[in-house]
Amino acid sequence: MAITLQVNKQSHTVDVAGDTPLLWVLRDVLGMKGTKYGCGISLCGACTVHLDGHAVRSCSTPVSSVQSREVTTIEGLADTETHFVQQAWQEVDVPQCGYCQPGQIMSATALLSTTPAPTDAEIDAAMNGNLCRCGTYPRIREAIHHAAGLISAKGVGQ
Amino acid sequence: MNLDRRSFLRLTAIAGGGFVLGLYEQPFAHAQARKRSGPPPLETRAFVRIAPDGTVTILAKNPEAGQGAKTQLPMLIAEEMDVDWKHVRVEQAKGEDKLYGFQFLGGSMATPMNWTPMRQVGAAWRQMLVSAAAATWSVPESECSTRAGRVLHSASGRSAGYGELVAKAATLTPPALDSVKLKSAADYTIIGTSRSGVDTPAIVTGEPIFGIDVEVPGMLHAILHKCPVFGGKVKSANTEVIAKLPGVRKVLIVDGTLTSDPILPLNPGLEPGVAILADTWWQAQNARASLNVEWDYGAGTFQSSEAFAQQAEEALQKPFDQTLRTYGDAEGQLQKAAKVLTATYSYPFLPHNTLEPQGSTASFKDGTLELWSTTQDPATLRRITARLTGIPESAVTVHMMRAGGAFGRRFVNDDDVEAAWLSKQVGRPVKVTWSREDDMTHDSYRPAATFGLKAGLDARGGILAWRQHYVTFGDGKRTINSGGIDPNEFPAGYTPAFLLGLSNSIPFRTRTGPLRAPGANGNAFVLQSFLDELAHAAGRDPLDLQLELLSRTPAAGFTPQPDNPSSLNPERMRGVLQMVAEKSNWRNRKTEKGYGMGIACFFCHLSYFAQVAEVTVNEQNQISVHRIWAVGDVGSHVINPRSAENLTLGGIIDAMSQMQQEITFVKGQVNEENFDQQPLMRMRQVPKIEVSFRTSDFSPTGLGEPMLPPTIPAITNAVFAATGKRIRTLPIKRSGFTFSPNLAKES
Ligand code: FES
Ligand code: FES
Repeated sequence: MAITLQVNKQSHTVDVAGDTPLLWVLRDVLGMKGTKYGCGISLCGACTVHLDGHAVRSCSTPVSSVQSREVTTIEGLADTETHFVQQAWQEVDVPQCGYCQPGQIMSATALLSTTPAPTDAEIDAAMNGNLCRCGTYPRIREAIHHAAGLISAKGVGQ
Repeated sequence: MNLDRRSFLRLTAIAGGGFVLGLYEQPFAHAQARKRSGPPPLETRAFVRIAPDGTVTILAKNPEAGQGAKTQLPMLIAEEMDVDWKHVRVEQAKGEDKLYGFQFLGGSMATPMNWTPMRQVGAAWRQMLVSAAAATWSVPESECSTRAGRVLHSASGRSAGYGELVAKAATLTPPALDSVKLKSAADYTIIGTSRSGVDTPAIVTGEPIFGIDVEVPGMLHAILHKCPVFGGKVKSANTEVIAKLPGVRKVLIVDGTLTSDPILPLNPGLEPGVAILADTWWQAQNARASLNVEWDYGAGTFQSSEAFAQQAEEALQKPFDQTLRTYGDAEGQLQKAAKVLTATYSYPFLPHNTLEPQGSTASFKDGTLELWSTTQDPATLRRITARLTGIPESAVTVHMMRAGGAFGRRFVNDDDVEAAWLSKQVGRPVKVTWSREDDMTHDSYRPAATFGLKAGLDARGGILAWRQHYVTFGDGKRTINSGGIDPNEFPAGYTPAFLLGLSNSIPFRTRTGPLRAPGANGNAFVLQSFLDELAHAAGRDPLDLQLELLSRTPAAGFTPQPDNPSSLNPERMRGVLQMVAEKSNWRNRKTEKGYGMGIACFFCHLSYFAQVAEVTVNEQNQISVHRIWAVGDVGSHVINPRSAENLTLGGIIDAMSQMQQEITFVKGQVNEENFDQQPLMRMRQVPKIEVSFRTSDFSPTGLGEPMLPPTIPAITNAVFAATGKRIRTLPIKRSGFTFSPNLAKES
């Protein structure tokens, strides 16, 4: 069926079965490979994207359910004010293999948009669904604090 | 350290335990076949390109899966070339051992094997650029110097950028690598400074750099649905139904090319199953849900974790199949001991769980094969896919894609083999992507093992004798892949009498292979826990017991050799132990019910680590690990310090994941399929980890693995201190413990 999607502020019409997970539409139909597959059943967070600004697992989101809603992926993040998170990730040098990091960044960005200066406990709660097989958790936490600092210094979102 | 064949084999033999030898011999033998003697060649010119504007492109020779070699090896070249790191671009080399020498990811070998050759390549380039400048200016080379990408002639005040000199330099013959002069460490401007990962900008913006991101025009997406019992074949399947499902282009029954030898090599051939090829991966995967297969499960259905445990118990009651190491009269000393301790330890089969599942893209066309692969071993990959598709190795091109984790799993090129075979069958490029369930149920598992331990103490609490019975899988003669044991593992050599026996008669027929810190990841738990038991039984501080052992004169055959980094150097081990004791304030630790600190150390992969863990354990036996202090000795230089710290943090957290995981078998089938049955550490369970390095006077060694093994016994020893309960069986749940889902508040 033809489905029209808003991804990173652009409109795309795709012809796929309605129950196709958003993840595979992004990756294989729209060719946006930044969103990753890790488990397929909402256990790892590698596929995290924003739906109307909230972090969701695209592996478990049927594409038919997102029509007319705003999808943001890692590729679209730089266009928003939240690119500070990407900057922080680079300055802290978070990644090891890097495979989980797009998902981590999407979860972190969603957290910072509602909680601009999160505590460790708030970070733990928001990030607990994102696995990092390489164990970069201490760096992720550091980068979120760093991003919060960058955002407040630039007065973003105020 | 320049590695000739002998020292290379010696190094790898010890670096990862003797059993890894066979593994690393594979790429080695391959390179040797090309060039009969000496270390494999390096083509100086192939490593560097210089643009007229002075931008220097350095080729990264090894596969990258998160261990940082893609950044670190070019740092070594850039250092000796004397270029500014901000003018450096890094590009991944192809798998081409004729140009780049050994190319593999494993054994923490990237640093020890490349520390000298990569600096030599950089120095050779510097020398060519100096020669070019000197010739242009008609001045002696000895009057020229270099700085930040320029050659300078201070007498005349002339200077030229590398970009201006490259045309001339490129016409020169590179000097022999062992003839070039290397910088003194005091002049380093890159080595020892933190450089962020060269791929980090691409990672954080979601660029398609991983294996799973490859897109080749005209490709089909494929899955190969394999039998739940390793090696089982398809009797029949409803292929016509599947072929009509949306997007499906082709359905094939694959007989495979698996060896019938139950002692499986790492790359045993193509697994049988049903292949579904479709326009998108989801269509292939979705079609699988409608698949009905009647399997011939084959010879592997006997495999059962319950039976394995029983067989191991029985083996412990019987004599060894082989004695691996003996000196002193261990049995006699045990008779004389004032106190004898016995214990049985065991650890399970483990998966790798790379977060990027296995997958590969292949294009077979006109007798050539192109692969986009996340392999850890491109040379072996070329060899086996050439044989599989019936073409010469020279017709195989391997593009090395960034891998979302490897940990030893990607020495097995089964995903590439599937893609290559399917592409040849259908005459189109094929991309294979394994589902998480495929990945977890068709891994090359870390072998389980059981240990029977017995030690005797004298009246003053000194160790008299150590007897160790190691039970693993095999046919009584041969042991399954990565199931061997290094007979030199400490405390071997440092107790007055020692006996190590092997039983390897438990049959097994599923693929096994190396997992990060192979051998060491299980043995450190066993050996360092039992030492802790002995210390407590003797009423001594576990640190003192270790220091005392490490101060003894080692038994014959264990004497450390200063020029052989693969023999345990007790002074380096004492050094990290003493430093971690200071950092953690070990001597002043409190004793309190429910609170404990534990200490452990281990030498593997040429590096030394000691760790202290601080835990609390609640009434429900939930463990909170609050803090870990880690001290490593990786030689004279930590090449990229922030990256080294990151890897060390990660290895320690990985060890904590390993403590919770297991792979179990029922009727030959693996029970665990996804992360809900295979806990990985999560953010809110992670302790504060303090990493320090103790520099020593030795050539730098690697950090892929050696931090991992001591974490496990440091934690289990801390749990004993807190509770008086000894964890002798992993995963910890089989000893009645779990990690608390949230760290408890610190008292
Ligand atoms: S792939 Fe979606 S949560 Fe793992
Ligand atoms: S960086 Fe490898 S999974 Fe997170």
